[in-house]
Amino acid sequence: MSHHGMRAIAALVEPGSSVLDLGCGRGELLGLLLRERGCRGHGVEIDEAAILACVSAGLSVFHGDIEQSLAEHADASVDVVILNQSVQQLRQVDKVLGEALRVGKRVIVGFPNFGHWSVRWQVFFGGRTPVTPGLPWGWHETPNLHFFSLKDFEAWCAQGRVQILKRLCFDGERQCCLLPNLLARDGVYLIQGPGPR
Amino acid sequence: MAEPRSFSFNGLTLENGAFLGPVTLAYETWGTLNAAGDNAVLVLHALTGDSHATSDGVPGEERGWWEDLIGPGRAIDTRRWYVVCSNALGGCKGSTGPATLNPATGRPWGLGLPLIGIDDMVEAQSRLLDHLGVGRLACAIGGSMGGMQALAWLRRYPAHLERAVVLATAARHSPQQIAFQEVGRQAVMADPDWAGGDYYQGPHPASGLALARMIGHITYMSDRSMARRFGRQRKGHGSDFKFTTDFEVEGYLRYRGDSFVKRFDANSYLYLTKAVDDFDGLEPPLAPTASGGPRVLVGGFASDWLYPPYQSRAIAVACRRAGLATTYTEVESSWGHDAFLLEIDRLAPLLRGFLENAGEGPGEAP
Repeated sequence: MSHHGMRAIAALVEPGSSVLDLGCGRGELLGLLLRERGCRGHGVEIDEAAILACVSAGLSVFHGDIEQSLAEHADASVDVVILNQSVQQLRQVDKVLGEALRVGKRVIVGFPNFGHWSVRWQVFFGGRTPVTPGLPWGWHETPNLHFFSLKDFEAWCAQGRVQILKRLCFDGERQCCLLPNLLARDGVYLIQGPGPR
Repeated sequence: MAEPRSFSFNGLTLENGAFLGPVTLAYETWGTLNAAGDNAVLVLHALTGDSHATSDGVPGEERGWWEDLIGPGRAIDTRRWYVVCSNALGGCKGSTGPATLNPATGRPWGLGLPLIGIDDMVEAQSRLLDHLGVGRLACAIGGSMGGMQALAWLRRYPAHLERAVVLATAARHSPQQIAFQEVGRQAVMADPDWAGGDYYQGPHPASGLALARMIGHITYMSDRSMARRFGRQRKGHGSDFKFTTDFEVEGYLRYRGDSFVKRFDANSYLYLTKAVDDFDGLEPPLAPTASGGPRVLVGGFASDWLYPPYQSRAIAVACRRAGLATTYTEVESSWGHDAFLLEIDRLAPLLRGFLENAGEGPGEAP
């Protein structure tokens, strides 16, 4: 995700919020939230080198898997739970998103859009599994387990009575509005669970 | 090796209510305390360690137990930090312990010494730091029993601490951990030379203490590290005795046991293992911190079955819930519990990164 995209995601978070960044990588977004939005919170990451980068940047991070980390948090104990570019690699998406909606008053989900025209083109005309900037791996080496489009995600939300509070669509650096499921490479959603708040 | 210095004070009231005095701590320091008194790093040794954490790169000096982490240009850089390490209260490397003379009787304390807790060790250290002119500690760092002390520092003096590093330890011992310690203590006390702890005039309980150490060493290694180090190698010397030390691993344990006896006091072993068993770092719990509390790094090691990583993680979760900015990492290693002494290549960048950054954002929402 571009720096521009990070900023747009950070702008979805109310200043001063508590945040939990699941799959925080080297902590770019988390650092931005703490520095520029006055947030507090920590990340969760599985990769040792990424954890070292976070520690060296003065960020707090828990080493381990996302599911276990969510289980260690009480209901509605975090203002915003963030799953940026990590949902497609989860084994149990339903369970983790449910847990994220339990722990977070709001949840941000960002993912590569499998409905983008270049994906469709490669599948339809090439007959091959698509390789794109957001999905850069071959079928045999990809860590991604789930391939889904903006429409898929919105249908999932509707089915679970999950409210979509805001949607950002990106075509690389640019935000795009027209025909997002065809033209957006990435989608970012701010969502909220169905329960009474 | 340079002799440790010592600091004595009139005494302290222990957590259990008993008064212990006078108290002496043996300690060493490296680097220079700055004018503000805020660049001190307190290094806390494990069960049978001592104040000699490093030679600080001085030629001809004996290597310390964290030699490769502490020194000029190393992760805990003595050109930047004023590093202090003292022998724990209850130990036998110059600090007050059961082998120390009780001034009231003119004889060693022996079992007359009151039981000492991890918090008492920390209290004594804080007196030493006052004496040295240290204001707020830049960091308290330790592994195993040293990690418990770092946790006790967090609970006891959160305002006097900027950072804490807690490695390879537990907030409280599990029954399994207590069981191993108790077998070690029983080995010491079953030795007739132990003589109720009053053995200082005669032979020391060498076979009992050596056996305790052999048991301890098994728990410090891992299945993999033992297999790699010893395999099923035989020592190859013939002997008529059926139960001689055939295997390399047997010879190694005998050697570690025998060499331990030469450097360690059996009663100290009893006192220190008891202190570790009795410790409960989360009861009373850490007080909630609004913001600006110490930053915490907690580390477990993958193959450590004596202090399994889940125990380290539980400490990290408790720190986070108390509002502290907390990082937890599980360091990949096959060394078992010894990893916190041996896994230098992985620890060094982590410690340097943690110590040298300014820290981003406040702690957690408690």
